[in-house]
Amino acid sequence: MQISHFGAAVLYALFASIVMGICFKTTTREMIRYGAYSFAMFVGGLIAAGWAMWLLRH
Amino acid sequence: MANSSKVVEQTAPLPSSMSIIAPAVGWLVPGTGHLVQKRYIRGVLLMASIVSMYMIGIAMEGHVYTPNGGDLLDMLSFLGDACAGGLYIISRALDWNPGLITKATADYGSKFIVVAGLLNFISAVDAYHIAIGKKQ
Repeated sequence: MQISHFGAAVLYALFASIVMGICFKTTTREMIRYGAYSFAMFVGGLIAAGWAMWLLRH
Repeated sequence: MANSSKVVEQTAPLPSSMSIIAPAVGWLVPGTGHLVQKRYIRGVLLMASIVSMYMIGIAMEGHVYTPNGGDLLDMLSFLGDACAGGLYIISRALDWNPGLITKATADYGSKFIVVAGLLNFISAVDAYHIAIGKKQ
């Protein structure tokens, strides 16, 4: 199975966010909000790290 | 009489059998710790996430660590893998370990497998918290 680095990181973010949202919060609303926040932070961090590495390279 | 009722109030409640069963089955099969406590949506979501993550790691030819790795990082990775419970037992029994890592995606796969195990551990702890009434 071949997945790009970005695809693998997004899948990682998705699964980890679902589990973290369910396990770290108590109410359904908080779970959804925390899961979405975690996913946004994972993907945002991924893009920021990608641009940081691009800037270091150039 | 007042003293005896005070003693009864201060005595901690005995843990129910569910506080042992839920984390145990939750560790063995991801999500079932929630399913046995009638948290069906949470259980199904946890099961789908953890099993998918583990199986994608296997499909990417990730390394399944053994206890006698020798290296400290290998031992820690083994602990992470072992937290996946039944998935780890099945992957070892069916020898899903591809051996040497020869491509980048296989390295990602190894990380997927370790993290799936760690997420399963968090899920089992959450099932325990529900069983003891710390969480709804």
